[in-house]
Amino acid sequence: MPLDVAAAVVSNTHLSNDYNVLALAAPTVGSDARPGQFVMVKAAEGNDPLLRRPFSVFEVLRDDAHRITGFSLLNKRVGVTTRMLFALQPGDRIQCLGPLGRPFSVTEPPERAWMVAGGVGLAPFATLSTVLRERQIETTLFYGGRTADDLFHLDEFRERGVHLELATDDGSRGDHGNVTIPLARALGNVDPGVPIRLYACGPTAMMRAVSALAATYGRATEVSLEQVMGCGLGGCYSCVVPIRRDGGPTRLVRSCLDGPVFDGGTVVWEALV
Amino acid sequence: MSVDLSVDIGSLHLRNPLIAASGCFGYGVEYADVVDLSTLGGVAVKGLFLDEREGHPPARIVETPSGMLNAIGLQGIGVRRFVDEKLPQLRAHGAVVIVNICGSTIDEYAEVARILDDADGVGAIEVNISCPNIKEGGMMFGCSIQGTYDVVAAVRRVTQRPVVPKLTPNVTDVASFAVAARDAGADAVSLVNTFLAMAIDVETRRPKLSNVLGGLSGPAIRPIAVRMVHECRQAVNLPIIGMGGIMTASDALEFIIAGASAVQVGTANFVDPFVWNKLLTGLTDYLQRHALAKISDLVGTLDISGKDHDV
Repeated sequence: MPLDVAAAVVSNTHLSNDYNVLALAAPTVGSDARPGQFVMVKAAEGNDPLLRRPFSVFEVLRDDAHRITGFSLLNKRVGVTTRMLFALQPGDRIQCLGPLGRPFSVTEPPERAWMVAGGVGLAPFATLSTVLRERQIETTLFYGGRTADDLFHLDEFRERGVHLELATDDGSRGDHGNVTIPLARALGNVDPGVPIRLYACGPTAMMRAVSALAATYGRATEVSLEQVMGCGLGGCYSCVVPIRRDGGPTRLVRSCLDGPVFDGGTVVWEALV
Repeated sequence: MSVDLSVDIGSLHLRNPLIAASGCFGYGVEYADVVDLSTLGGVAVKGLFLDEREGHPPARIVETPSGMLNAIGLQGIGVRRFVDEKLPQLRAHGAVVIVNICGSTIDEYAEVARILDDADGVGAIEVNISCPNIKEGGMMFGCSIQGTYDVVAAVRRVTQRPVVPKLTPNVTDVASFAVAARDAGADAVSLVNTFLAMAIDVETRRPKLSNVLGGLSGPAIRPIAVRMVHECRQAVNLPIIGMGGIMTASDALEFIIAGASAVQVGTANFVDPFVWNKLLTGLTDYLQRHALAKISDLVGTLDISGKDHDV
């Protein structure tokens, strides 16, 4: 059952002019969250902005005794709520409803995990890589950003034993271009007999490309879709995505309840706005 | 002092005046983990046609100042699946169920109502003649006095359950539609549905909603909705279910004092699914503070003495 907590900001770490990480005191949400789940955030009291916005749980936070104390959000300043989240001070409180949604399925060895992230789409992979490490799954993060300065938490992922493959739009770090470049190379190089599960989160065009690319190598991709949501609980039917399963008709299903994680092969990408 | 929050909408008894608004609460069962449905006055489920409907493609909502536009397009599972799959669950949760019905034709409204009349656990039928987002049915009937009368009369003929037409605010004189609904045999009216509205992305010069137009809800519309409830109360002696941007108990009380016997809460539930207890507590506190034993005694107690009312 999701909870709505008035989570206190423990720290607000600005990673760049646009990105920040908000550490929030919310042990129940942190304890309950599974990789790929999200919270609905209301950044300020009052009616402007009115609706909450969905955010992936970024990290699960622990104290020195390893007790869970809360979670963090990876935020990119683009709109009203994200500007507010960028400007929060320690001690401020924001309402967080969650955790919500269908999480990633966590694979088992010997299957390997390849996580593909674009920009703020890095968010769900911190918790996923932590769980993957607990299961001793060999994990790679393919991570693309605009420039080298837009690639964050690389050391943290390395500490979780994650192998990194990077790409930037301007070529300042890793491959020059989309994250699909190192991904395509890796898919071509790996023995087809090696079982691999792909996970993708980022811009829709990126997830579509990743899903299609993986499919050409017979690999399945779980994608975490980012739709506009009104409620996060299935009440409003605003966050629907076109899904086709088992050769049946395309149906608009709620990404808050059936997702946000979907099998990329079931998403009717050409109909996804 | 304990207070009595129960109200009656025709023959329908509600334990309190708070109803989850249609289109804002799924089929109710989605919220059963978060809200004890039996503590609500009622649950108005998402509008149902005879058959399944896909609704509009995204983008389906956009936020606006103190409000939101929606153009969902009445995506739904159809009345038969609702009766088979959802209604038993709602009964098990102890919910008072108000089923919102739609139709492309008057015959379809009547057929949906007939199916519900046979079903177990339908507290009332809310007749949606006011959805601004669909081409056929919806507001097409609700913007015509004759259309309103004909739909309500057709539903009235096939069911003994309380019939509650949901009125659109997108008319010049909403009270005349309440009169038509009464004349056609309605047990109550609910108002308002959303206001037809539009938002434009100036960078692309494209409408922000896929359907171009949508319905405006939220606190932005509340003063207009309160005025319309007031007008209907003056025009007809029929129970009114008021709604439009209720976020707090005080907001709900405005509608009740203006003449609503019960209220529906929609957008606020998106913002805070735990809003119900806060509203109930607020209503109880108000009654105690004003030494009122029953909330039904507060309905329509607006005092306009000494105030001019020119328009």
